[in-house]
Amino acid sequence: MYSLKGKTVYAGIAIGKIELHRKEKGSVRRYKVDDKAEELKRLERGLDKTEEELKSLYEKALVEVGESGAAIFEVHQMMLRDQDYIDSINNIIDGEGVNAEFAVAVTADNFAGMFASMEDEYFKARAADIKDISERLITVLKGKSGAEGASSEPVILAAEDLSPSETVQLDKSRILAFVTRLGSANSHTAILARTMSIPALIGVDFEDEKIDGAFAIADGIKGELIIDPDEATLEKYKALKAKEEEKARLLLEMKGKETITKSGRKIRLYSNIGGVGDLSAVLENDAEGIGLFRSEFLYLEKETYPTEEEQFNVYRTAAQTMAGKLVIIRTLDIGADKQIDYFGLEKEDNPAMGYRAIRICLDRPEIFRTQLRALLRASAYGKIGIMFPMIISLDEVKQIKEIVESVKEELRADNISYGDTELGIMIETPAAVMISEELAKEVDFFSIGTNDLTQYTLAIDRQNRRLDSIYDPHHPAVLRMIKTVIDNGHKHNTWVGICGELGADPTLTETFVEMGIDELSVSPNFILPLRKAIRNAD
Amino acid sequence: MVSFEFVVQDPNGLHARPAGLLIKEAMKCKSKVTLKKGSKSADAKRLFNVMAMGIKGGETITAELEGETEAKDAEVLKAFIAENI
Repeated sequence: MYSLKGKTVYAGIAIGKIELHRKEKGSVRRYKVDDKAEELKRLERGLDKTEEELKSLYEKALVEVGESGAAIFEVHQMMLRDQDYIDSINNIIDGEGVNAEFAVAVTADNFAGMFASMEDEYFKARAADIKDISERLITVLKGKSGAEGASSEPVILAAEDLSPSETVQLDKSRILAFVTRLGSANSHTAILARTMSIPALIGVDFEDEKIDGAFAIADGIKGELIIDPDEATLEKYKALKAKEEEKARLLLEMKGKETITKSGRKIRLYSNIGGVGDLSAVLENDAEGIGLFRSEFLYLEKETYPTEEEQFNVYRTAAQTMAGKLVIIRTLDIGADKQIDYFGLEKEDNPAMGYRAIRICLDRPEIFRTQLRALLRASAYGKIGIMFPMIISLDEVKQIKEIVESVKEELRADNISYGDTELGIMIETPAAVMISEELAKEVDFFSIGTNDLTQYTLAIDRQNRRLDSIYDPHHPAVLRMIKTVIDNGHKHNTWVGICGELGADPTLTETFVEMGIDELSVSPNFILPLRKAIRNAD
Repeated sequence: MVSFEFVVQDPNGLHARPAGLLIKEAMKCKSKVTLKKGSKSADAKRLFNVMAMGIKGGETITAELEGETEAKDAEVLKAFIAENI
């Protein structure tokens, strides 16, 4: 067993035999022949051999699918021996003095074109039959057996690279995965693999003779090709593959369904994202909104503070893409643990409890106001919610609301429109939990950040590996806090959600529903499994 | 020359499979067999030729046979078509 690294273009798992796709297959070269008579004889031999192959295919199909299913191969034999078809090939060889493969390819194009232009769908589809027999004949003429083509088991296809036409010509039902040595993530092969949902790896540095025919696992999740896997690895991947397939099934089954408990209570199922690049996954997994849009990336990927315009464009894109569904954007949540040079933050001994998030924003309002202006302007293009992190006091919330009001005033003075925005806060400190009843009077929603809340409640640094064994996210202290926050929120019509990792924990879904949670915001790939769990909960 | 008419029973018309059956039978005839539909005609021994006519279900086709054994061939072919097409 050994493995080769590659780049994933479509995540998925395939297990099977590798077939090396040789470059010349599928493409036909034109060249002049000296001896036309010999070329015509070569064609005749090719026709004989192809006919034999079709006969054996017919026999095989007869056993496997019965007479009516096998009949097509009988028709194929007749097509191959059709006088007009053969005349055309002969004429091209004789008239142009070119090789038989080329003459077959040209004839196939002409005949297929004739059928493709017919009105009737049945006749139109016959173009495929002509291509099929012609490709088989060409393969035979090239001196390779075409017999494996249509009938053998599906394979992991390995190739140097695949041209768009080659990829299109391949029999998709035979391809478990693509593995190429070259290729880019935006190549046609990659795009095709994505649209066909076939696992694909590119940039895999394999040796032809070593992998051809070998049994392998294409892991499109980790980006790995595992050759000759051992028993344990194979078992592991079989289980993983079953899980993937279950996920795909869920996707179909749960898409478009309501997120509603058996007793009829609707739960908002939102998604966490780290940038606009995640929006496609949000839509694909049918999230009902965005519960946490981390705005940090705007700051992290820049050399200097992002401008209002830059931010506005990103927020507007999110709002428009979600088309009226709620998009909750969390204001800047950085601190000394995340290095952003231009912020000029001092190094701290305990950054988790340091100068971070809303503390920076309230201390340096110019940064905060720029972000708020961009957010409010974007709210004219969709439904935006603004969420503030690391809240510990009522006073902070009051200050924030004053600043938001003054930014709105500014916009009005500048004659710039903005929409209605819900304001909410993260509940991630024990302090915020304890005063959640008072906080609820001030905001539209709470979103519980369970990662930090657990860290602060249990006094366990999540970065410290030595404490992993006692870091218990199901600790009753944390769960009771969640219950308290929900109850206090509801007293003042503030809806309550969870946007931490705990929200995606299926063993707690029922508990959260019982507690009265209104919203769960999770990574896109957890949306549909969670929808299923909620639909099964009372 | 002898001729007879027949109606294609297969609702999908004379597509690959039924056309194939007809051609196979026509090849057994010594006579030259021509199929006609309106202004279109095809050599009944050539599959692509026949398929190119795009004969649909319910259409009436004329078969013309020419040769020494035309009467006998027509009889056999007619019977085959009635049974299979």
